[in-house]
Amino acid sequence: MTDTTVLDTLRRAVPAASLEAGSATDMPTLYVDRDHIVDVCRVLRDAPSLQFALLVEVTSVDLLPAEPRFEVVYHLACLGEAYGHAPARRLRLKVRVTAADPRVSTVTSIYPGAGWPEREVYDLMGITFDGHADLRRILTPDDWQGHPLRKDYPVQVRKDAASWSPLQLTPEEFAANVRSAQMQADKAAGKK
Amino acid sequence: MADIEIPILTTTVEKMVQWARRSAIWPVTFGLACCAIEMMAMSCGRYDIARFGAEVFRGSPRQSDLMIVAGRLSRKMAPVLRRIYDQMPEPKWVISMGACASCGGVFDNYAIVQGVDQIVPIDVFVPGCPPRPEALIYGIVQLQRKIDKQRMSA
Amino acid sequence: MTVNMGPQHPSTHGVLNIVLELDGETIVSADPTVGFLHTGIEKTAEQKKWQQIIPLVERMDYLGPQSNSLSFCLSVERLMGLEASMPDRVTYIRVLIAELQRLSSHLVWLGTHGMEIGAISVMMYCFREREQLLNLNEMLAGFRMFPSYIRIGGLREDLPRGFHEAVTEFLDKFPGKLDEYEKLLTKNQVWTKRTVGVGYLSKEETIAMGLVGPIARAVGVPYDVRKVFPYLKYETFDFKVPTATDGDVFARYTVKMEEMRQSVKLCREALSRISKTGVYDCGDYRYVPPPKDRVYTEMEALIQHFLLYSQGFNVPKGECYVPVEGPRGEHGFYIVSDGGNRPVRIKARAPSFFAVQGLSKLIIGGLIADVIAVIGSTDVVMGDVDR
Repeated sequence: MTDTTVLDTLRRAVPAASLEAGSATDMPTLYVDRDHIVDVCRVLRDAPSLQFALLVEVTSVDLLPAEPRFEVVYHLACLGEAYGHAPARRLRLKVRVTAADPRVSTVTSIYPGAGWPEREVYDLMGITFDGHADLRRILTPDDWQGHPLRKDYPVQVRKDAASWSPLQLTPEEFAANVRSAQMQADKAAGKK
Repeated sequence: MADIEIPILTTTVEKMVQWARRSAIWPVTFGLACCAIEMMAMSCGRYDIARFGAEVFRGSPRQSDLMIVAGRLSRKMAPVLRRIYDQMPEPKWVISMGACASCGGVFDNYAIVQGVDQIVPIDVFVPGCPPRPEALIYGIVQLQRKIDKQRMSA
Repeated sequence: MTVNMGPQHPSTHGVLNIVLELDGETIVSADPTVGFLHTGIEKTAEQKKWQQIIPLVERMDYLGPQSNSLSFCLSVERLMGLEASMPDRVTYIRVLIAELQRLSSHLVWLGTHGMEIGAISVMMYCFREREQLLNLNEMLAGFRMFPSYIRIGGLREDLPRGFHEAVTEFLDKFPGKLDEYEKLLTKNQVWTKRTVGVGYLSKEETIAMGLVGPIARAVGVPYDVRKVFPYLKYETFDFKVPTATDGDVFARYTVKMEEMRQSVKLCREALSRISKTGVYDCGDYRYVPPPKDRVYTEMEALIQHFLLYSQGFNVPKGECYVPVEGPRGEHGFYIVSDGGNRPVRIKARAPSFFAVQGLSKLIIGGLIADVIAVIGSTDVVMGDVDR
């Protein structure tokens, strides 16, 4: 019953979106098409009967070799009496993404808390989020190649760990550094 | 006669210096993961590490002798580890605490360095996941015995 | 001026890197970097059988490990349909373990938070109490921190002899110790000066950033997964959810202290419902190994034991997410299965991840010293953030 209420409200509010109900053992699941995920999220957050104020998680699944390959999964929760008046319930939204064009619009305009989870999805699965303010790697090193959680990425990677060696300067380079730092300090003091 | 006296004098001085060095090993805080919690438990009341000389955990590597690598070392953290190690003054020792620091532990994958000895030279390996505080104290005592046997110079 | 609070820092609760832009001593902007403890647990777990994932998963949030394994087992059991047939005794033992875990985690929080603000003796006292809790863990399964006692299908084995007495002894002494900590801290002028009014975030911002748990309860949102989406028969227990309205570091401190007292109450009630010996798993030998004396004498039990430990069991196709109220907030595992004996995808919803994301909002406008207080109050565990 919960499932149809949410689905009906969404169908009325965002008629252009293509929604279909999925099956799940624990909470209602809806498949949303990629172009309307932001509108659907806005309705879910703002509609007085729904009030899904909390974005619990944004994650992704790699279903290789099935096509479409990726699914971006959003878990939402309405907190009930704790934050509003709509009944407490959970919802799962899924967006199917193909391997040829792994892009989804970001929902950070609706749920600011999605910023880092989307970065993590980008980092580990390689799905880009259009409109994200700061899409860069978050868990792997900045110069890492590949997206580790994809099914075609190996579990064990045998390569040497990146170490660190101190900066090696010749005496001439050191003197030049000192001179340029002195000139900058003089300029700043001169300006003041 | 004079030739025999000089080696005896050097040996006694050496022994004293090594005794002084091993009785007051101050670690630098390098707790990474779960082993860090056992390291903290070791420094607290029940398994007091201060009675073995490790009185305080220094925050700065420049004031410490010992680095206990406690926890799993990820590839992103590896350059930081080397940097902290390089900032420690001689003489310095490293204890690799736990299975993850010694050999990668349970995590044989892309993200964890399979053994900290790829990056820094290790003196004592302490196995366990996490090692009990008593095991780590035993590791420190073994390190103290190792220091006793070391020569001061070549 | 730019200051780097590097990954190696005595007070950042693990390997957290924050690059601070300062104007004098006031913070103008903050940019946290995480990933220095990224362990690839989710990728490794895709290679392991379901029961083998439990030790991996316990090492994520290493301060409250059994709440990790509890949420994982609940998700898998709901997908398998074992929830209905789980005996009450198992449920109540799990409640007891979850609440003891909450106490253990909050003790580390209080100890490290106090030590960083300057009350070093609080750390010694809290770890002394924690040693008793670790003794209880050791009684259960021989392991101080990661007992792996909660398994899919029930528990690993029955409660040991003397467990009830040990827990009762601990619960009798513990509220007195909590009073001691409160006497040390709550009206202490140094403590209040450093924590009152520091690190405030409004209600709407807190929920918008996905921060739930003690942080949200300290700002007036009484959301507790145990009350709103009950699991493990929590609706039959009588406990309160403490809230505060100030939303600063001191409010989070009072909320957590009261949570500890409520946990003690829950522990006592759960303990009274547990018999000293009895059933400890759901009894379905497709998923749970048979008792050892039967394995040694009966052929079918031996075969069952062998099959379970060599090829594991299959979990039906589907997905599931059952969150629990961990010590840091809503903690759950999203599990995707394709019907095999290994998962397709495991994703941990880590409350500390969202806490570090919201950290920049919490510390902007404060002083550097407040950064330490705020990080301590949000109780981040880097193992949970980086997984």
